[in-house]
Amino acid sequence: MAKTTYYVPIGPIHPALKEPIRVEAEVEGERIVKVDVKRGFAHRGIEYMGMKRNAIQTLYLSERICGICSISHPYAFVIGSEKALGIEAPPRAQYIRTIIAELERIHSHILWLGVIAHEIGFDPLLFWTWKGREKVLDVLEAITGNRINYSMYMIGGVRRDLKESHIKALREMITYYWEFTEHMKEVFLSDPVYKARTRGVAQLSKEMALKLNVVGPTARAAGLRMDIRQDIPYDAYADMDIKAVVPQDIVGEARGDAYDITMVRLYEIEQSLDIIEFCLDNLPEGKILAIPNYVALLNKIKKTEGEAIGAHEAPRGEVIHYFKYDGTRDGPAVWKVIAPSYNNINSWAPLLLGAEVADIPVVVAYIDPCMCCNDRVAVVKDSSGRILDYSYLHRKAVEKTKKLEKELGVRR
Amino acid sequence: MTPETLFYAIGMPIIGVFLGLVYKGIDRRVSARMTSRIGPPIRQPFWDVGKLLLKETVVPENAVRWIFNAMPILAFASSMTLLLYIPFGILKAPLEGYGDLVVILYLLTLQALAMAIGGFASGSPFSSVGAQREMVLMMSYEMPFAIVITGFALIYKSFSLSTIASTPVWSIVGPLGGLGVLLLLIAFLWVTPAELAKLPFDIAEAETEIAEGMLAEYSGRNLALFYLSDAVRGFAMIAIEVVLFFPFTLSYLFGLNLSGAALYIAESLWFLFKVLVLYILVVTLVRTSFARFRIEQASRIFWVYVNIIALLGLLLIWAEVM
Repeated sequence: MAKTTYYVPIGPIHPALKEPIRVEAEVEGERIVKVDVKRGFAHRGIEYMGMKRNAIQTLYLSERICGICSISHPYAFVIGSEKALGIEAPPRAQYIRTIIAELERIHSHILWLGVIAHEIGFDPLLFWTWKGREKVLDVLEAITGNRINYSMYMIGGVRRDLKESHIKALREMITYYWEFTEHMKEVFLSDPVYKARTRGVAQLSKEMALKLNVVGPTARAAGLRMDIRQDIPYDAYADMDIKAVVPQDIVGEARGDAYDITMVRLYEIEQSLDIIEFCLDNLPEGKILAIPNYVALLNKIKKTEGEAIGAHEAPRGEVIHYFKYDGTRDGPAVWKVIAPSYNNINSWAPLLLGAEVADIPVVVAYIDPCMCCNDRVAVVKDSSGRILDYSYLHRKAVEKTKKLEKELGVRR
Repeated sequence: MTPETLFYAIGMPIIGVFLGLVYKGIDRRVSARMTSRIGPPIRQPFWDVGKLLLKETVVPENAVRWIFNAMPILAFASSMTLLLYIPFGILKAPLEGYGDLVVILYLLTLQALAMAIGGFASGSPFSSVGAQREMVLMMSYEMPFAIVITGFALIYKSFSLSTIASTPVWSIVGPLGGLGVLLLLIAFLWVTPAELAKLPFDIAEAETEIAEGMLAEYSGRNLALFYLSDAVRGFAMIAIEVVLFFPFTLSYLFGLNLSGAALYIAESLWFLFKVLVLYILVVTLVRTSFARFRIEQASRIFWVYVNIIALLGLLLIWAEVM
């Protein structure tokens, strides 16, 4: 009996993946009959590092969690921190934060559109979309000083104000992107080859989406109306009537495939442009920091006891930060980060099962995965290379938690 | 053996490899300019080959060693042989009389086959998937290709490329047959990117899916040979297309009255120019403006649509000739 199945390892290093993760597929001809997703190649213990630093240092550490959403994690961080501290950012700062977050959504979505084009072998489209993406990066650089990792946010406000020249550049950018998005819609949504490669690929039904707990554009493409900006509005989003972009509002039905998610992302760029325009039109005057003195801020953190959850709708889905300030340190005593890719990668295994080898890059890329965000654990091996099993690690974790509780004086 | 044969035997492969690499360089440059990049210099493919020849040739542990090493040589040899069957403009093909269009069809297939066998022999799952795809793709595009050649055989009552090159096809067919030849041309244009493993039909080498597929395990000298045969195949395929469908010579078009060496040089340059234009139109433009198809989509395109077009063309030609 001849062997009919091949074992195809995708990753940790593979051209379809931009970051390390492993998809082990058993392939029969072109069809995938068995699949296993293994994560944990990019674990950096960043939460532990954050719990050893003060809150302002941790804020900049949080910016380095993800390579692309360099504002999503700080945003969730400052929201959670402010809730825990009981302070509120001045209105002008809130609006500036919203503008920066939406600028980032634009550049992240255009980046994804380029990546998906590359995954289906359409490199010229990748070059074209990324050329268009330069404009928003230029504006971000003009406002914050950096193309990425902007260091813009601060607990209780922002660090840099918007000048007249910035507002002018932003308005120019908005006009440019209305036109560019129109072009992109034409290219992506009406290209027959693009449609042939994405229609019906990575199809996630509403029920499956709920069951797999996916978030962000992945969930919205499946027809779920969920968006942190709509459900738990914060900052300037509370002043606007934000509605989750779902395919049934655009074309009447949601199929939840890679084509629908393209549509959702394209229309979200337009939504972002609207939000930025609203913020510019209604930008309040005033100061930009609630507590301008950082020493005073750290002192306040040191004296505060409290916990809170900060949530932000990142381009990929919801980012959630949990905080606990215990009143003894000037940094978080407990810091827990949940990134959207952590939930979204759940969809890989069911979607890949029964799919074709040619669909692997599309399925892998369609959620816009971010491994460095999602890796919360690493496989631990002892000195002899034996993988330590779950029960042993769990026992150790309970011991550690007990020790931490004792140190922190947590009473049940 | 006459001195002429010796010249051809040594000269043609050198000229063919040179032209293949130059066209590859131009193709990369034009494609880059079309996507607002600067692109590599035109001599880049030469450097690529030079570097590959210097690199270590690695044979995977679980590969079938002799097949793995033999296949690049086979592919390269068949592409060299292929060159000897192509009439450059009004120059006669060196191996004229020893083979015809059917041999060319087989030589082109042999290269793809060598790559597929090499892929299977390299023992890597990516190569195996790639080789399987290549086999499926070959089964799909060979049929329209064969129909095109049959159509020409019907018109000329001969498979000889030199006969075809000497009289432009458009001058001997009537309106009905002309339409048929046009349909054959459309079918042939579809077959070209598949035959050359270029986008949108580079399914067997899909970088993002199976990491260059059949070539995944090849390196050093072996990869250089595949690279060269690929470059030569690109040039040869377009040259055949020019000979079949655009055989207009300078003297035919403009009524030039050249003779001797000047005639041969002018006609050869004109031929190379035609190949270049067609290369950019058929390979560069297409591969810059399409995404990769899935294998079953590509198969359907060839089995259904391209076959229908080609058969229709054949039918029209047959109706006229009979």
